[in-house]
Amino acid sequence: MKRFTSQLRMEVQLTLRNGEQLLLTLGIPVLLLVFFSLVDVLPTGTDEPIDFLAPGVLALAVMSTAMVSLGIGTGFERSYHVLKRLGTTPLGRPRLIAAKIASVAVVELVQFGIIVPVAYALGWSPADPNWPLAVCGVLLGTMAFAGIGLTLAGRLRGEINLAAQNGLYLVLLLLGGMVIPFSKLPSGIREVAHALPSGALADVLRETLSGAGTQPGTSWAVLAVWAVAMPAIAAATFRWD
Amino acid sequence: MAGNDAAVEVSGLVVRYGDLEAVKGVSFTAKAGLVTAVLGPNGAGKTSTIEVCEGYRKASTGTVRVLGMDPAAHQRQLGERIGVMLQQGGVYPSARVLDTVRHYCTLYGKGADPEALVEQVGLTSRSKATWRRLSGGEQQRLSLALAMAAKPEVAFLDEPTSGVDVNGRDTIRGIIRALADTGCAVVLATHELDEAERIADHVVIFDSGLVIADGTLDELRKGHDEIRFRSSPDLDLISLAREIGMVASQVGPDEYVIDAPPHPRLMAQLTAWLAEHGHPLTDLRAGSQRLEDVFRRLTAVDKDTSSGPAGDGKDGAE
Repeated sequence: MKRFTSQLRMEVQLTLRNGEQLLLTLGIPVLLLVFFSLVDVLPTGTDEPIDFLAPGVLALAVMSTAMVSLGIGTGFERSYHVLKRLGTTPLGRPRLIAAKIASVAVVELVQFGIIVPVAYALGWSPADPNWPLAVCGVLLGTMAFAGIGLTLAGRLRGEINLAAQNGLYLVLLLLGGMVIPFSKLPSGIREVAHALPSGALADVLRETLSGAGTQPGTSWAVLAVWAVAMPAIAAATFRWD
Repeated sequence: MAGNDAAVEVSGLVVRYGDLEAVKGVSFTAKAGLVTAVLGPNGAGKTSTIEVCEGYRKASTGTVRVLGMDPAAHQRQLGERIGVMLQQGGVYPSARVLDTVRHYCTLYGKGADPEALVEQVGLTSRSKATWRRLSGGEQQRLSLALAMAAKPEVAFLDEPTSGVDVNGRDTIRGIIRALADTGCAVVLATHELDEAERIADHVVIFDSGLVIADGTLDELRKGHDEIRFRSSPDLDLISLAREIGMVASQVGPDEYVIDAPPHPRLMAQLTAWLAEHGHPLTDLRAGSQRLEDVFRRLTAVDKDTSSGPAGDGKDGAE
């Protein structure tokens, strides 16, 4: 247990000490939430933009941490031979992976601890939020995004992985129903967006927190498929060095 | 482990990467309490061999035993008993020195004192600096501290003094010697022959994936005494040979070698001849060959025979 705790402390410490990661995991989500709540330029289709934005930004926060932050960090650890060296210690791969997952959960808790109060302060008042179910959605989303992040990190060189993760982040942000409603996307792209993990998670959170999902049944199914498939692909293809 | 027990036993090891055979059937042992230097140029197969010993890479064929265990099958158990220093860091770039050492001490769980380790490698004043802020030499010393956090019975150190300044090298050599004196089998991979000459008890020389020599420095040098001197660049070597009864070879613009033991009479004849012909004597060294010369001789033999390994010790291909 001491080994796991020590690795978890190191992972969280490094994430929270990294300015770029903080910008990505906290700065951008909070900025998007505040800016688009106060400046009504997005075609959210709701009276209060915050009602649409809050669940979407929570989904964005999950994606930022579980995919981009974890993926970029792990990619560089691979390039710097950190994983190789840890592999020669008694830590073991299962504990290393468990510590990484736990560190993602810790950072997500910090994110939610900041984003949710900010959203409430901006006027978000969901009628009957089902937080336990939302947490299930967040868990599935975390698995799906972590799988994607680690699949890229486990195969690509550090710099290429960095570019790929950031590029994918932007695509999933714009097409994932997080800040732009599915209904405003062109037909064809809209169907693709619903099949993306970002779209599915945003829709699931919107349904569980505000009862405003567009196709919640399909979104749960899509999210579950991504949550099972991507970690499996990552495990099968990951190279430690 | 009792002194001089074989802590690492490599037998007929082959490592292939696709069609490339990087290690071609090497065998050697490393004993407890001794520093075993695995030497060779870049690409000779040293790192691949060490990685198999660490359990990081699987052998294509052959057997490797570390502390009596197969590293590939018992990586977890061995992880608690071996210390590893990689050729390229392997440390979180944004982690602080003391935090990193403390983390590794916890991972190994052997009760090593992080502050004491940091002090031992001379990084106390840099304990709050991150890895990326350290100089190359400081990074190597931190990396060595992480290997020592294991209180290892076997330590695999890959190029520990690479990129380190003279003072840093002295520190690292002292630490490695002290580690071996605790009974640890130190396996030191390096391409710096001078480094191995200063610290190794036992030398294994790799070339092109083969072990071409294996023994103590004295064993490798045995029967290969020489007289090496510097003088004018245009010595009349025929006249000199007539005088001393030996052939001198020019090995540099002003450097010459006579393959013979440094007998006082021969030395007197040489210096007398130089004085008589008005040549200076700017440098004179006599006795055992330097490891660098041993290496050159062995690799030249290997390439000349081109029929497999050659040398003073065991053959590599089995």
